[in-house]
Amino acid sequence: MQLILDSVSHRYGDVRVLSDVSLTIPEGQIVCIVGPSGCGKSTLLRFLGGLERPGAGKVLQSGPLPDGCLNPLTYVFQDFALLPWRDVTGNISLVLEDHGIKGAKAARIIDDVLIRTKLSDFRNALPKQLSGGMKQRVAIARALAVSPAVMLMDEPLSALDAQTRELLMDDLVSLWTRTPFTAVYVTHNLAEAVRLGHRIVVLSRRPGTIRDVVEIDMPLDQRRAGNPTLEAHQARLWQLMREEAEAADKELSNV
Amino acid sequence: MSDPNAATTPVPFRGGGFKPERIRFVGLAVFLALVAIAEWGTRAGWISNLTLPRPSDVLSTFRDLYDTGLLWKHLIPSLTRLAVGSVLGVTIGIGVGVIIGLFSMVRAGLVPLVAALFPIPKIALLPLFVIWFGIDEGSKYALIALGTFTPTVVATYGAVDNVDRTLIRMGQSFGLSWWSIVRKIVLPGALPGILSGLRISLAIGIILLVAAEMLGAQYGIGAYILEAGSLYDLERLFAGVVILSALGVLTSAVIGWVEKRMLAWRI
Ligand SMILES: Nc1ncnc2c1ncn2[C@@H]1O[C@H](COP(=O)(O)OP(=O)(O)O)[C@@H](O)[C@H]1O
Ligand SMILES: [Mg+2]
Repeated sequence: MQLILDSVSHRYGDVRVLSDVSLTIPEGQIVCIVGPSGCGKSTLLRFLGGLERPGAGKVLQSGPLPDGCLNPLTYVFQDFALLPWRDVTGNISLVLEDHGIKGAKAARIIDDVLIRTKLSDFRNALPKQLSGGMKQRVAIARALAVSPAVMLMDEPLSALDAQTRELLMDDLVSLWTRTPFTAVYVTHNLAEAVRLGHRIVVLSRRPGTIRDVVEIDMPLDQRRAGNPTLEAHQARLWQLMREEAEAADKELSNV
Repeated sequence: MSDPNAATTPVPFRGGGFKPERIRFVGLAVFLALVAIAEWGTRAGWISNLTLPRPSDVLSTFRDLYDTGLLWKHLIPSLTRLAVGSVLGVTIGIGVGVIIGLFSMVRAGLVPLVAALFPIPKIALLPLFVIWFGIDEGSKYALIALGTFTPTVVATYGAVDNVDRTLIRMGQSFGLSWWSIVRKIVLPGALPGILSGLRISLAIGIILLVAAEMLGAQYGIGAYILEAGSLYDLERLFAGVVILSALGVLTSAVIGWVEKRMLAWRI
């Protein structure tokens, strides 16, 4: 399934947040969205998943859903959004229960996603017992459990320390390599964008418009930190972002 | 900095404190010490028998009460009234509180009403309840129910308001039904606030129970205390008061136990 944004614009009161954004999320690819903070990235993601309606423009989906898909548009949140009163298994079964999946069938799905996210030893742990990286793994496992058509990830690694972030990036790459999934990955971290993005969309400062779209052909599993091609891409993206970020910074301070 | 002649002193410690710790038996020790002082004072004579009854006399009054079977005769009606009234008030209160928390329209309509009811001393309404629900148990149930209802409503909708919105967004983004979100996200998330509201509600329930029984009941702890008081029988008065305190400690302990069992997920 692919997602299409057709000249989407939006304002909150007097604040114009997005202006005429058109974008296609092709199936089987990870599209990274980068931009200065406050430029409307999270807002764009809420439109893509149908949690909010844009003021103008259309959000469309086309193509068939994958087999066994329970929740086509599935989020992974920056702050994990795990229920603290349910253990790891309970947090995953939460999203299966409403589809009538219980008992052995649920156990099969849960086992599978726990193995894929290396969480099998933590199935009965409560969120408070887990580190940040583990919590985000649980949230990713929960998202995988509903076999989404598109994963919508809003700065999923921003709450984690640098080492954990590296480990989770490797995990995401190996997850994608084994079974390619479609994802929109919002971040302000350019290193994440060049590691994970097949396509990187650079947004301008508020009101967000598309400044540039960068395609990176290198397969995900060949991308390593320090690779010269990636470094070059990252440097170019930083050039684009720099002016925007600077201007956005000044703008915020004289509100 | 690296002057070898400078005297070294440890960095002064400034942390610590501001963290409740669980210390057992201190409460009991304080209580026993106070009782011992009262016993000593009344025996030695520097507390006159009219100021304070001797604790051992209160104890023997209590034993009489138990031996004659009067204890249960007073305690059972009181406990029934407290249980029926507060179960009514608390369940309706939680229900209304959750609905206020979930629907803005209901909130707009009911919050001012609850605010108007809250500060009324409910005991002032007892004559009205007697007319509405009869002189017997009905009016007492209604009084305790109303008294526990208002604090429960306020605590519950506050607790629902404080449920983490990102969890609710998460539920919606996974396509959970409205009812599932309420049952699996809103209610468990509001439980800590509801339970701490319950402590206050039940204490108010006990106060109202006694007040209602003082105004018109043949049996019950309130009636027992009133009768003892009008005869200036301090031993019996205190025996009654001790029962009330025990009731308060008991309800608080039960809620504490429920919190420990059901809220183990908190940090
Ligand atoms: N619900 C809302 N109501 C009003 N303003 C909002 C709301 N959500 C976001 N905004 C504003 O819209 C702008 C873009 O927000 P957001 O999409 O969260 O940016 P980003 O994720 O790129 O940092 C910000 O200036 C923010 O203050
Ligand atoms: Mg954001």
